Amino acid sequence: MVRKTIERIYLSLIFLFLYLPIAVLIILSFNNSKTRVQWGGFTLKWYRSLFSDSSIMSAFWTTLFLALVSALIATLLGTVAALGIDAMKKRSQTLMIGATNIPLLNADIVTGISMMLLFVRFTRLGMNTVLIAHITFNIPYVILNVLPKLKQGSRTTYEAALDLGATPLYAFFKITWPQIRPGVLSGFLMAMTMSLDDFSVTYFTKGAGIHTLSTMIYTEMRKGVRPEMYALSTILFLLALVLLLFMNFGPSARKEKEGDSL
Amino acid sequence: MSKRLIDLQHISKSFDGQKIIDDLNLYIRENEFLTLLGPSGCGKTTTLRIIGGFETPDSGNVIFDGKDITSLAPHERQLNTVFQKYALFPHMSIAENIAFGLKIKKKSKAYINDKIKYALKLVNLDGFEKRSVDSLSGGQQQRIAIARAIVNEPKVLLLDEPLGALDLKLRQDMQYELIRLKNELGITFIYVTHDQEEALTMSDTIVVMNQGYIQQIGTPEDIYNEPTNAFVADFIGESNIIDGVMIKDRLVKVLDVNFPCVDEGFGCNRPVDVVIRPEDVELVDPACGMLEGDVISLIFKGVHWEIEVLAGGYEWLVQTTQMHPVGSHVGIRVDPFNIQIMNKPESSDERAVETDA
Amino acid sequence: MHNLKRQLLAGPYLLWMAGFILLPVAVILYYAFTTTSGDFTLLNVTSIFASIHWKSLMLSLKLAFICTAVCLLLSYPLAMILSSMKLKRQGFIVFIFILPMWMNFMLRILAWKLLLSNNGVINTMLASWNLPLLDVLNTPFAVVFCMVYDFLPFMILPIYNAMSRIEPDIIEAAKDLGANNITIFFKIIVPLTLSGVVSGITMVFVPALTSFAISDLLGGGKVLLIGNVIEQAFIQEYNWNLGSGLSLVLMVFVIASMALMSAKGEEGGTGVW
Repeated sequence: MVRKTIERIYLSLIFLFLYLPIAVLIILSFNNSKTRVQWGGFTLKWYRSLFSDSSIMSAFWTTLFLALVSALIATLLGTVAALGIDAMKKRSQTLMIGATNIPLLNADIVTGISMMLLFVRFTRLGMNTVLIAHITFNIPYVILNVLPKLKQGSRTTYEAALDLGATPLYAFFKITWPQIRPGVLSGFLMAMTMSLDDFSVTYFTKGAGIHTLSTMIYTEMRKGVRPEMYALSTILFLLALVLLLFMNFGPSARKEKEGDSL
Repeated sequence: MSKRLIDLQHISKSFDGQKIIDDLNLYIRENEFLTLLGPSGCGKTTTLRIIGGFETPDSGNVIFDGKDITSLAPHERQLNTVFQKYALFPHMSIAENIAFGLKIKKKSKAYINDKIKYALKLVNLDGFEKRSVDSLSGGQQQRIAIARAIVNEPKVLLLDEPLGALDLKLRQDMQYELIRLKNELGITFIYVTHDQEEALTMSDTIVVMNQGYIQQIGTPEDIYNEPTNAFVADFIGESNIIDGVMIKDRLVKVLDVNFPCVDEGFGCNRPVDVVIRPEDVELVDPACGMLEGDVISLIFKGVHWEIEVLAGGYEWLVQTTQMHPVGSHVGIRVDPFNIQIMNKPESSDERAVETDA
Repeated sequence: MHNLKRQLLAGPYLLWMAGFILLPVAVILYYAFTTTSGDFTLLNVTSIFASIHWKSLMLSLKLAFICTAVCLLLSYPLAMILSSMKLKRQGFIVFIFILPMWMNFMLRILAWKLLLSNNGVINTMLASWNLPLLDVLNTPFAVVFCMVYDFLPFMILPIYNAMSRIEPDIIEAAKDLGANNITIFFKIIVPLTLSGVVSGITMVFVPALTSFAISDLLGGGKVLLIGNVIEQAFIQEYNWNLGSGLSLVLMVFVIASMALMSAKGEEGGTGVW
């Protein structure tokens, strides 16, 4: 019983540590006060001004655009690459997986700087360069999500389809695709999250006029953060919460679990 | 008869408000090979875990060699467990796995090495000391799990469906292996399984369980030949279980035909279950049979033919060495000694459950 | 089926990686070993021994060590508690401890800055109760604190994964063979979660060692990490050669720590993903 109590207290403390800062952000987003940290009554005015602030909104759309497009392209390239790697011999496979892991673990700052140095040699920094950079660090997440699904799915079913007269393309869409779809989806979502969350690589590879939310907050934090940012973070947190709740406990998650047990 | 080693007295256990075992009483003799047999969810594994000390009963006592051990921890009991999925320590070599319990007891190095050698020889895996767990097949892992348990010289070995994960051939080999081991070690085995064939092959005593209750305790012969109720009859081997009415002593009405039998004491005009094993049904000339019917299916099983006969509105399952083609008209005859009469279950708890074991 | 045609599908990916991973590294190498006029030099790399650079590298290593150790000490008991919980609630509770990871990295820094500032939330509360005020902003303490906050989930997740993969049977078997809780912990649980610990350490140590944003925003220019030195070389001094040289040194440290870790963890197959 004593042990249970200690465990509870420990969990609560860590919980507090993790959520206190988020709670503060959320509370401040409703705070009608100039000194910011003192409570000056409830207001929604920061939410209203948030949506009419063109610089924040443009950073928001840039972030979203980058995340979606880079995740899409990375998913395409990564899934195709996973199919290729899956067909390789065991030894080259291990080598490929090892090589795929390296950019995942390398320091963000080095990844960002090295790409910046390459880009400025050939072109100007801009939206394209950030996009390429995001695609580059996203591909490994897709590969590492799709490859296990390919391994799980049986090769024989694909061959059986060919044996029954299916063309390779038909067999892929009818047999392989359903087996790897959950992996492709989670790879896509993970790529999107990484892109949304990224600061360092974006910071070094973006052009002058371009801001994502991360780089914008970074710049603002050195001068002073506008309360609209708290409103935006509250909205983003709630969005992440809803999305994750849906992914983990929604109908599709349950279906996937049942599928796994089969 | 050897003495009682373990006594379970009035054991009850619930999980999440659901009663798994209800007032269970059972004793186990020294050097006995006792099998707890039943479908999944019947309480057999929970019973074993209570003996092993992994669960504490809500009420009742576990007596071991005259002492109450109900609240002792697993390692304070003179017994060891072989787990269903082997539960070998994946990060240790075979020798380290076997030595685990002995090292905790602070035995000398020489003693431990001797024991490892002895145990590996006993399970026919000499020379496997340095191997890793991953490199072994399922059957080999199971032998190592047994070796790891017996080096601690337990008085009782608990085995929780140890052959469940093995394929059929290996399972049959391991059955003989287990009997040999038990005889060589001279200790008590308590074995849990849902496989009736395993139970019949290995056990001295079988305890058939269903829904937390003991249905029957007896030798394999008793259990097979004289099941006490329709559940046991259905679970052990295949049976024809037909509704009948006991007209009077030694006469039962089945499918509107009166069959002479040897049972007495069921009263007059009482509804009963009539159990007839498929090998006890004789197919004869229609004129000589008690019932007439037609063969509706025929399968060759090697030693015998398995035939289904539709007679009196019931599909009889028959095992015979004589072939009767589909569509042929046959008579059915049953020797009075081969008819088992059983009371209809009184409570829903004892109702026969459909099983595919 | 080692179908050659299918193997070719990896081609575009290989080309992409050659162009945007290998080539950039080659460019860094080029800058690192040349002067502004393009002559070969070792000065950019050896300048790591200049006292200001060396001091920041040592500080980075020290803070990264502390951050990793704190994360490990916090995560291990947490993972144990989480994996011992009833399965029904487990999914949700694990979810709760992972959720902050999905908050934007920069917003998480911002939140701590608000809490820790001299006129921030904590001090405002302390002042209203007439208690002594905290003065932690712009100290290494604030930087480590925020690093722990940012990277903690990267430690929790792999350890929890490794922990929840231990079959309850294994623990029961150890108990059955006479092991007490301490023996079970050191002989069974620790060795079986080692791979998770190793990937957790790698995933916390590397970003902590190379971070520049946290120290920049919470250190107020007073906590100069190697990441800050590199960033300043590029963004403020436009000295790309020096920046590249120092980046190279940093890369060597990252690779060395990864190699050390993967040797320790042997297979180390319990990544987060």
